[in-house]
Amino acid sequence: MINSLFLISHSGDIFLEKHWKSVISRSVCDYFLEAKEKAGDPENVAPVLQTPHHYLISIYRGKLFFLSVTQTEVPPLFVIEFLHRVADTFQDYFGDCSEVVIKENTVTVYELLEEMLDNGFPLATESNVLKEMIRPPTILRSVVNTLTGGSNVGGTLPTGQLSNVPWRRAGVKYTNNEAYFDVIEEIDAILDKSGTTVFAEIQGVVEACVKLTGMPDLTLSFMNPRLLDDVSFHPCVRFKRWESERVLSFIPPDGNFRLMSYHVSSQNLVAIPVYVKQNISFLETGSCGRLDITIGPKQTMGKSVENLTVTIPMPKSVLSVNLTATQGTYTFDLTTKVVLWDVGKLNPQKLPNLRGSISIQTGSPKPEENPSINIGLQIQQLAISGLKVSRLDMYGEKYKPFKGVKYVTKAGKFQVRT
Amino acid sequence: MQEWASQLCENRQFGSKMTDSKYFTTTKKGEIFELKAELNSDKKEKKKEAVKKVIASMTVGKDVSALFPDVVNCMQTDNLELKKLVYLYLMNYAKSQPDMAIMAVNTFVKDCEDPNPLIRALAVRTMGCIRVDKITEYLCEPLRKCLKDEDPYVRKTAAVCVAKLHDINAQLVEDQGFLDTLKDLISDSNPMVVANAVAALSEIAESHPNSNLLDLNPQTINKLLTALNECTEWGQIFILDCLANYTPRDDRESQSICERVTPRLSHANSAVVLSAVKVLMKFMEMLPKDLDYYGTLLKKLAPPLVTLLSAEPELQYVALRNINLIVQRRPEILKHEMKVFFVKYNDPIYVKLEKLDIMIRLASQANIAQVLAELKEYATEVDVDFVRKAVRAIGRCAIKVEQSAERCVSTLLDLIQTKVNYVVQEAIVVIKDIFRKYPNKYESVIATLCENLDSLDEPEARAAMIWIVGEYAERIDNADELLESFLEGFHDESTQVQLQLLTAIVKLFLKKPTETQELVQQVLSLATQDSDNPDLRDRGYIYWRLLSTDPVAAKEVVLAEKPLISEETDLIEPTLLEELICHIGTLASVYHKPPSAFVEGSRGVQHKRLPGSAGSGESVESPDTGSAAGVSDAPPAVIPSQGDLLGDLLNLDLTPPATTGPPPPATSGMQLGAMDLLGGGLDSLPPIPLRTDTPQSPQIPHQSPSPPDYSPTELGGDLGGSSAMGAGFGAPPAAPAASFSAPVSGGLDDLFDLGGGVGMPMGAYSPPKTVWLPAMKGKGLEISGTFARRAGVIQMEMTLTNKAMSVMTDFAIQFNRNSFGLAPAGPLQVLTPLSPNQSIEVTLPLNTVGPVMKMDPLNNLQVAVKNNIDVFYFSCQYPISMLFVEDGKMERQVFLATWKDISNDNEAQFQIKDCHLSSDAASNKLQGSNIFTIAKRTVDGQDMLYQSTKLSNGIWVLAELRVQTGNPTFTVSLAQQTVWSNHCSDCAANY
Repeated sequence: MINSLFLISHSGDIFLEKHWKSVISRSVCDYFLEAKEKAGDPENVAPVLQTPHHYLISIYRGKLFFLSVTQTEVPPLFVIEFLHRVADTFQDYFGDCSEVVIKENTVTVYELLEEMLDNGFPLATESNVLKEMIRPPTILRSVVNTLTGGSNVGGTLPTGQLSNVPWRRAGVKYTNNEAYFDVIEEIDAILDKSGTTVFAEIQGVVEACVKLTGMPDLTLSFMNPRLLDDVSFHPCVRFKRWESERVLSFIPPDGNFRLMSYHVSSQNLVAIPVYVKQNISFLETGSCGRLDITIGPKQTMGKSVENLTVTIPMPKSVLSVNLTATQGTYTFDLTTKVVLWDVGKLNPQKLPNLRGSISIQTGSPKPEENPSINIGLQIQQLAISGLKVSRLDMYGEKYKPFKGVKYVTKAGKFQVRT
Repeated sequence: MQEWASQLCENRQFGSKMTDSKYFTTTKKGEIFELKAELNSDKKEKKKEAVKKVIASMTVGKDVSALFPDVVNCMQTDNLELKKLVYLYLMNYAKSQPDMAIMAVNTFVKDCEDPNPLIRALAVRTMGCIRVDKITEYLCEPLRKCLKDEDPYVRKTAAVCVAKLHDINAQLVEDQGFLDTLKDLISDSNPMVVANAVAALSEIAESHPNSNLLDLNPQTINKLLTALNECTEWGQIFILDCLANYTPRDDRESQSICERVTPRLSHANSAVVLSAVKVLMKFMEMLPKDLDYYGTLLKKLAPPLVTLLSAEPELQYVALRNINLIVQRRPEILKHEMKVFFVKYNDPIYVKLEKLDIMIRLASQANIAQVLAELKEYATEVDVDFVRKAVRAIGRCAIKVEQSAERCVSTLLDLIQTKVNYVVQEAIVVIKDIFRKYPNKYESVIATLCENLDSLDEPEARAAMIWIVGEYAERIDNADELLESFLEGFHDESTQVQLQLLTAIVKLFLKKPTETQELVQQVLSLATQDSDNPDLRDRGYIYWRLLSTDPVAAKEVVLAEKPLISEETDLIEPTLLEELICHIGTLASVYHKPPSAFVEGSRGVQHKRLPGSAGSGESVESPDTGSAAGVSDAPPAVIPSQGDLLGDLLNLDLTPPATTGPPPPATSGMQLGAMDLLGGGLDSLPPIPLRTDTPQSPQIPHQSPSPPDYSPTELGGDLGGSSAMGAGFGAPPAAPAASFSAPVSGGLDDLFDLGGGVGMPMGAYSPPKTVWLPAMKGKGLEISGTFARRAGVIQMEMTLTNKAMSVMTDFAIQFNRNSFGLAPAGPLQVLTPLSPNQSIEVTLPLNTVGPVMKMDPLNNLQVAVKNNIDVFYFSCQYPISMLFVEDGKMERQVFLATWKDISNDNEAQFQIKDCHLSSDAASNKLQGSNIFTIAKRTVDGQDMLYQSTKLSNGIWVLAELRVQTGNPTFTVSLAQQTVWSNHCSDCAANY
């Protein structure tokens, strides 16, 4: 399975290594660094690389490469999933997953890695279990520890690991019992020049924050569960009940977790909340071009579109842009050549518009490619697929919890071709 | 002092944050010394801080091994964090300080007895990580205890520890019997323990490819399936991967496993999903296609695969590589999901390229418009590699979907109009392929292509353009000018272009001889005289001579009609694809190579195969994989041991020909079980020798008796075993040995039945076909065959199957020298080209006048088969009986004389047990195979048959067969006067 892990900064500096079997020299990373050099953009480094004696499987998260080395045939998805889990854990523990933070917490990082993997086999990857064994560093705890000589490491057996519900620790107590569910949907869409939808789908997740005493058994039901094409559940969800009754029945983990993710594919009609009228053109002669973009609401189900942003990666030969926005502000990054227009809230009465001229390096030919327009937006209190939670019931405990459901729709990979 | 001050300063700086970075500050010289003092401090807190500093230095690669004894001293503590930190240190340095590491052993052993299971588990876990031989000795006892610990947490940790120990010292693990304990843990009550035991066993099994560590049977499968529902996501992956190695007994079992695995498709962990997909894809093979459940399952597979594509790009990449395989094997699963493969602007390049590949695979008449629109869009993207691939994809669409060809061509023309250099070049390369697929259809675009001649600077594009000009020289008015312009810089061109230019000008010359004589001379002289490239020069000379000696022949050769290019050139070869489907989710599936091709040594050559379909059988399976019985790993040619061979001959010889109807009444008395009654009596009879007269001949297994039970004893190396014969006696070819290890009476009885039922018209025996050349080795060509003697002619009967993607032609065959001088009597008659997925039956008459060389085994034949792709070699074995000639009946007098002449040394005697035939029936049967009865006499109730046969090389073999009525055991004595017959007698002595 997984032999070693190297953490490499995006500049190629190996700043941490951990071996679960015999030590593998860090020179093995040279193959990776070579591939990284070749790929140019760090995002373009292929995740699975073969070297004469090892396999390198890597992910790129938070400007860091998590590079694992294996010697035998392993399922690469297994390794990639695990690496993401490691990154998630760091994020969870330290609030951020960056070189600085990891260096600041080396010892905790080591303790965590040691607990997460044994002989290359995952050991404890549930954040609940880990937190029971290694407490996340907090300023308060550090102070208390220094004063009392206490420790970060729990001395108790991680009970959850042995029970039938390994994701939940025993003996949870809260004074305020509450359960919140966020239904978050992202629209992935490709619109062509004329505004026709080439492809659209919705990726949805139900994030939960459950703080309930004891061992509550929850049942969450939807008004229209048949909408969902494909669902993946947190291990706590009883699959049989979903199969037969289309309700989510589960004993929740304590705290924040992702209850389920789902997929509404392009076969169903996916509503597109905004339309984009655009014209980006470069003149055949002379070194300039024109840009004109207007955005308007389309299918918003009566809600308002917020946090609207427009990102346009310009061709490399573009020198500068001279634009005026009727609403919000725009910036042009000279090195990446990206125009970023922060529109804010979409006002249906007065449609936002960005227009002006683009100047191109003199002498360079007319750019061959057409830039694509990427849209970011948010709609509160709406799940664009129409998914609605109908009720949440709790069994197994006597108290009355406070319940809440929130909906939000965002743009995922929402792009308009020009 | 200054040092101290600076450290204080640093500490203050970070003090408020209280992070670990402060440990990095002590980098100065006296540091080790300071740490030593701190480690030996009385204060617990100070000790811990010191150990933390040590660990921090260790992680950044500083050598703190000098502190070993001091750190180990801190181990004896009840502070769990401190203990863990010391363990971390130990694991890192124990290897370099093995003697010191021993100091820690006592604490470990003590900790393994601790009342806290967490400490017990931690101790056994850490001990396994210390890769020092000396420590492993002490590890065994605690490990044994922990494997049987009452606490599942300890057991599951111990299970992994066995794998660790195996990695360090495999022998020790075997000697200590840990493997058996590990196997027992598969039946543990705790699912986590089961999962870890499976994981450990799988890892150990990987270094022992042939060991049967994970012995999967319906009971263990059931346990695994139960554990599957309850263990962690990682455990589920281990269990699913293990399940995938199982071969269900029938479609029912297959379906029930599929039903229990399907819920895993909804798991949040993509690795679980993909492993489940693997199990389903594999077991689905066994389900009859008309089953409702089969359709349901197909429908269930699509959504999870689609969802994988919305995950992180790294996961997408692996998923896409696997989907690529799945789409090739079962295109129906994702045929409606084309849109999810549309490329997004910000996908990483490795995802883009994979998506493009799958789009082309899914392209069909129904969705081609969409696909083309997308591809055209991609052709204007930024990334050059991606754009090129997109343009190429358009060409592939044209070739794949005929109806779209016109649209594709016009799209390509549009792209050429963009004048983007690399787009134009790619477009020209693919248009060349389109011309080859649809000749005389789109030549109208040539004019447009010619306009871009000057912008082509890549060899492939130039060569493609030159090919087009040469091929359509008669339609291009200025073809000679165009080619001439290329000729100017002939020596600067790459070889590819030079060769193409040479051919194109020769074509042009053959089409317009009058105007281009000068040009062709020029190019021929450039190619032959001024070039030092041997390929170019040779091709030049060939053309030159062709043109100068026979221009008509030249025309026929150069302008011959070309075969059309096939639709999909980049499909994975079917046998490889089958293997890769068994490896979904692994590195093999990412590389699209079998694991044996890249995994270092460990795995050996264990090829996995899809199980055969139970119901409506699928033709894609190769014969040796077809058996659902589970011997899927059996090599194609099983060399049976002697027993099979003998039984085989016996069977063929003695089974009454079907034409004779039911056996004569005499046989009715020879029932099963009679053997026991009479066996003893027969053994006590004095052997009567028989003789042969021919000098210097190899000895032949002739009427060899079957040993009383299956025995691996070699009956003379020369006899060897013939796969053809071994497989031939009617038992299932997959398990020839098995039928013999079964109670002999039953086994042979079966054989007789089968033999009788076959009913060869001549009574001559011909084994069923076996695979001689598997498609894997034959680059897609599979040959199975057998030998037969029909109407006095030895024939080699073969089935050639084309499992590759392209048409096969130009078949030829040759034999190596062999024991009996077998040689093809004529050429291999394969008249029509063999198109993909087509089979052809070929019969090749053989003679025995070829060169002779003694082979080992005697009946081994090495064959070379050639086709347009390559030359393939394989060896096969023929039944000796096909060499028995028709005029093998010896005169009585001669027989007697010869019999006496042969010395006792050249005799052999065997017994054939359990033949329920009368002597007459046996005689008839043998005659069918050209073994003739010369005389028969009856002594004391025994029938004695004197028999002779002659081999194709003129060697006589004489035999005496004693049959006692009512006794199924025949005694055979055979003799021949040969150097090798000593073997015979040696072997006879064995019985």
